[in-house]
Amino acid sequence: MMETVIDRELLEKIADLTGKPVGAFNIRKDSGCDGRQSTEHIKITSKEDKPGIDIRVLDGTKGETCHIPVIITQTGLSELVYNDFYIGEDCDVDIVAGCGIHNCGEQESRHDGVHTFYVGKNSKVRYTEKHYGEGPGTGSRVMNPQTVVYLEEGASIQMETVQIRGIDSTRRDTKIVCGRGAEAVVTERLLTHGDQTAESDMEIILEGEGSRGRVISRSVAQDRSSQVFYPRMVGNGACFGHVQCDSIIMGEAKIKSIPAITANCTEAQLIHEAAIGKIAGDQLLKLETLGLTEEEAEDCILRGFLA
Amino acid sequence: MLELKSLSYTVHESGGELGILNDISLSIGDGKLVVFTGPNGGGKTTLAKSIMGLVTPTAGQILWNGQDITGLGITERAKLGISYGFQQPPRFKGLTVRDLLTLASGDQKLSKDRCCQYLTRVGLCANDYLDREVDASLSGGEVKRIEIASILARQGKLMIFDEPEAGIDLWSFARLTETFEQLHAAGGATMIIISHQERIISLADEVIVVGDGRLRHRGTPGEILPQILADTLGGCPVLRKEAMAQ
Repeated sequence: MMETVIDRELLEKIADLTGKPVGAFNIRKDSGCDGRQSTEHIKITSKEDKPGIDIRVLDGTKGETCHIPVIITQTGLSELVYNDFYIGEDCDVDIVAGCGIHNCGEQESRHDGVHTFYVGKNSKVRYTEKHYGEGPGTGSRVMNPQTVVYLEEGASIQMETVQIRGIDSTRRDTKIVCGRGAEAVVTERLLTHGDQTAESDMEIILEGEGSRGRVISRSVAQDRSSQVFYPRMVGNGACFGHVQCDSIIMGEAKIKSIPAITANCTEAQLIHEAAIGKIAGDQLLKLETLGLTEEEAEDCILRGFLA
Repeated sequence: MLELKSLSYTVHESGGELGILNDISLSIGDGKLVVFTGPNGGGKTTLAKSIMGLVTPTAGQILWNGQDITGLGITERAKLGISYGFQQPPRFKGLTVRDLLTLASGDQKLSKDRCCQYLTRVGLCANDYLDREVDASLSGGEVKRIEIASILARQGKLMIFDEPEAGIDLWSFARLTETFEQLHAAGGATMIIISHQERIISLADEVIVVGDGRLRHRGTPGEILPQILADTLGGCPVLRKEAMAQ
């Protein structure tokens, strides 16, 4: 397990893992299983009808973390994986996913993951997903994650996705359905450069009474990269939803941000805000008066923005 | 020692040249507190900005401790100990008050205690502010005080403050005046403050009235304050009558 330096570095980047993880984990490497551990409360099993795993978290599981990183180190490898999460009632768990691609060849390396969460009553899930790509090859690094979440009464998910550099093409699809009193908070951080493209399509359906949804998307597009955001919030009952998209545009990049809110009930309160702009000149000047060079100032502003 | 030699800044407008700064020469000794005051649009901010390198003068020289810094950029001047508190400081999404103070101090491990000291000196409580982002959630007065705290954290040898009192409430203003007084008494830094406030003007070793891009008057607060008062009243017939009546 985790035999090479490349493996170790990828795992550290995407899952903050150094050494063997504590608790439940499943490491997928080049379409094979490179290590797995279930715990008393979290059971991981392979799917029998298609590639992927089932993760079952027993009722009342609290304070446990489950790591399910994916790494690809072969050029030309393309995979489609289905991971299903069955979270019981009254749980409080952390799930750390993430995908790292090291492409040293000329062919495309690609990971398409479909993650479906069924979150039981009053359970809390923190779901972190980091994407990272590297490698000297000319082959492109592609990731298309699809996440579907069903929140039962009183359940919540805090979903945090990060993709900073390295992924040439990504298309992200997220759909969350909130039951009564359920809450979804999605934080998205994205930086594209070179000729990369990224699309994020998101739909949050506030179905139940008292449900809440919040999307905070921050992105930076550099060089000739392009980004498209399409976050949608739908209120079908007495609910509160807020979509906030902020982007910094640089070089010859292009960004399209299309937040949409739909109310199908008079008691739905929905708000959206979207802004795209370049780094403000007065921000750079201020940091330069603190002794930073222009490049350091720019870097500092971007790091803060994407933190 | 800061020396300005025949500093000019002209801009080209349709139909001719407009002088924003006209042949300004000035020396400010180490540890002095000098206040620039005068009418709006008179050139105070342009003069202060040209010292920091935020404005490039079209003629003249700026010397800092004998070194000609006219051709140096902002960053290089900052590294030589020159600092500048903006009149309208920018806001940063994602940068916290602690981040800003840490950057300003140049000490990656700036302690909470130090941050707390800087914030207290501008009338803010560290517990309430350290982890807040310097973004639109802060009021104008709060951003302004954080700006001044960042200059304190910088510990430069030349501190320039552009209208530090603007947007700050009376109570915080009193605290701020004390801070300037203490800084001056400690003698570690030369200070240039652009201000219209009598309380700040009266702290100065020298008051310089800047108008029409020139140094109009120079003197001690005792000499200059009555003149400013007379000039202000002189401009308005209503006020003049009231003054006569008293």
